[in-house]
Amino acid sequence: MSDFVNEFWNWYVILGVLASILACGIILWIQSIHHPVHEKTTDTTGHVWDETLEEFNNPLPKWWMWLFYATIVFALIYAVLYPTLGRFQGVLGWSTASEHALEVKTVEDQVKPLFDKYLKMDLKAVAADEKAMEMGGRLYQTYCMQCHGATAQGSKEQGFPNLTDKDWLWGGEPEQIVETIANGRAGMMPPYGGNPDAIGGEAGAKEVANYVRSLSGLSHDNGLAAKGKTKFESVCVACHGQDGKGTQAMGAPNLTDKVWLYGSSESKIVETITKGRTNQMPAWKGFLGEAKVHLLAAYVLNLSAAVDKK
Amino acid sequence: MSQALSTYNYKVVRQFTVMSVIWGVVGMLVGVIIAAQLVWPELNLGFLHFGRLRPLHTNAVIFAFGGCALMGSSYYVVQRTSHIRLFCDKLAAFTFWGWQLVIVLAAITLPLGYTQGKEYAELEWPIDILIAVVWVCYAIVFFGTIAKRKVTHIYVANWFYGSFILAVALLHIVNSAAIPVSLTKSYSAYAGVQDAMIQWWYGHNAVGFFLTAGFLGMMYYFVPKQADRPVYSYRLSVVHFWALIFTYMWAGPHHLHYTALPDWTQSVGMVFSLILLAPSWGGMINGIMTVSGAWHKLRDDPILKFLITSLSFYGMSTFEGPMMSIKTVNALSHYTDWTIGHVHSGALGWVAMVSIGTIYYLLPRLFGKQEMYSIKLITVHFWVSTIGVVLYIASMWIAGVMQGLMWRSVNADGTLAYSFVESVKVSYPFWGIRFLGGVLFLSGMLIMTYNMFKTMAGGNTEEAPVLVPTGQHA
Repeated sequence: MSDFVNEFWNWYVILGVLASILACGIILWIQSIHHPVHEKTTDTTGHVWDETLEEFNNPLPKWWMWLFYATIVFALIYAVLYPTLGRFQGVLGWSTASEHALEVKTVEDQVKPLFDKYLKMDLKAVAADEKAMEMGGRLYQTYCMQCHGATAQGSKEQGFPNLTDKDWLWGGEPEQIVETIANGRAGMMPPYGGNPDAIGGEAGAKEVANYVRSLSGLSHDNGLAAKGKTKFESVCVACHGQDGKGTQAMGAPNLTDKVWLYGSSESKIVETITKGRTNQMPAWKGFLGEAKVHLLAAYVLNLSAAVDKK
Repeated sequence: MSQALSTYNYKVVRQFTVMSVIWGVVGMLVGVIIAAQLVWPELNLGFLHFGRLRPLHTNAVIFAFGGCALMGSSYYVVQRTSHIRLFCDKLAAFTFWGWQLVIVLAAITLPLGYTQGKEYAELEWPIDILIAVVWVCYAIVFFGTIAKRKVTHIYVANWFYGSFILAVALLHIVNSAAIPVSLTKSYSAYAGVQDAMIQWWYGHNAVGFFLTAGFLGMMYYFVPKQADRPVYSYRLSVVHFWALIFTYMWAGPHHLHYTALPDWTQSVGMVFSLILLAPSWGGMINGIMTVSGAWHKLRDDPILKFLITSLSFYGMSTFEGPMMSIKTVNALSHYTDWTIGHVHSGALGWVAMVSIGTIYYLLPRLFGKQEMYSIKLITVHFWVSTIGVVLYIASMWIAGVMQGLMWRSVNADGTLAYSFVESVKVSYPFWGIRFLGGVLFLSGMLIMTYNMFKTMAGGNTEEAPVLVPTGQHA
């Protein structure tokens, strides 16, 4: 796309830049040719200010003058070679965009075989390959650690899932992990499960929270939990299921385990119910390409496999 | 004319000069605090964190310390080299009090988070308007004095001061143009990459005119005065003055290399930054060569030491600047601590040191003393601050180049070799050394403050009589 709305501005820039570069040379030239022979370094200009301020009129230092000319000549040559004069692209045809494209291509060509090798392998086999996991780890530290953390343990404050446990919101099968990384996921818990009346407002949310805590064997108030159970069965089951074990197809978490994305305290669960939760895993396929997504999926698989080894 | 009028207006010079030292201490103290916050992050207390204090530091040292030094010294120089009392005492007094009000308002609003988000132009629109009013009055006083001058030729120092005053007015008004939505909030009149370009046209010329042309004006009076030698070359001053003020205006785009700014604009910024090398060095040559023939004075005159060392740092940073504007070098240096080091070799080495030399020259003359209370303390100040600057610059060079190299290094598989936080981790020791350099420089300012108050004690503030120009009759 052109930077100029019409030819006038193109020529305005070209002539303005050239005239300005040349103007520097002209002032230097005019001032350097004119030194009368009678000028000596001991003569002052004859003006005196504030009792003692006088000026010699030494000629311009030669080395300084040539340095000045050299930068002007450099500027003119550069303007011919590189994009400087308006729309003129320069005879080398260089641009920041082309430099970037070339660098990306060079690196891509270099590293493509490395990644393609693993793309052809089964994900579980890649996860067992030590060299592949080193590469996966570096990708992880570049693209994933901002949310999931340097140790992949996520963040309860922000609702970033822990990748080192065996719990999966959207499924832990190889193809499910690839899908999560490649196309991203959008998780949404609506406030009051979408039905505030049926839950019964904040007081009802507290009852449901106690029931939810009872599902995973956490301390709870039996009376509140009993009331909460009815409400759970009329509203929450739609996503979390009759047994509270969730539905991976829609990213609804299992409520009977010990893993809590936003915390398990009564107040945190009440907050989740009353305000809802929205979460998003961005899609990476467009940015990273299939091969890197494959390697990262293997790395993530390996992270939770490491739990078994312990 | 009555006898009472034929004195120089020293009152306003005295006020600016003393406040320059005070604001210097304040601004550099904030600098030391934010340097400490980088080394010990737990020092980021509440809203007084690095992000709020950093603009306070830059505004305080540039506009409060530097601004007071420039306005005070220019008032001194313009009346003495025009052989006439400063134009309009009341307006001059207004510029002093108006400028102090701007500084106080900045010190309140910046930590509270009121900002336009433009570097070195953070202050919100009501303060911007006050700045514009004070600055126009400053221009009236300065050029009013030039207009009334009793000598035909305008001394070279005044060319530089004059160009600084005109350019800063232009830069400030254009870049601060904004649409207010409330008393404390406004949006820039420009959008997107145009806004970025206007900002760095302003930003780089704030360096070029506020921190260079203004202080060259200072240099052209106080170096020949203190060395008691004529300026080396009138011809050189003509060439480098016009080339400098013309070329600086083009250099801003080098702050936006490898951004959405069009390629041709980036190139124009780069080539003019390179052309700027010789005009910048013209000032250094003219200053240093002025002392030629009086080198022995450097041995025992700490004021001259400050002035000449400042020119050396000026030469060094005006060499470094054009080099950093080259795209390939910039690709390494940009966004690293190298830039911070470059700025401080100019700000501490050049701007602060030439101001300090000037203030030591002025204080005894403004308070009716023969010399400063202690010459020895000036020497101590000189060495403490020189070591401070060197520690500061060297540590930032190393940290900056290291960061740049770490950020660009990649593994065989094309992944980054280092995460960002790893480059932060290895920078810690150098941030520690930078903190130490800052502490030393601040200590020097505290020594100066003590020396200043001791010199002021019991001084008389009678104003000096206006001199009749040499070779002319009254």
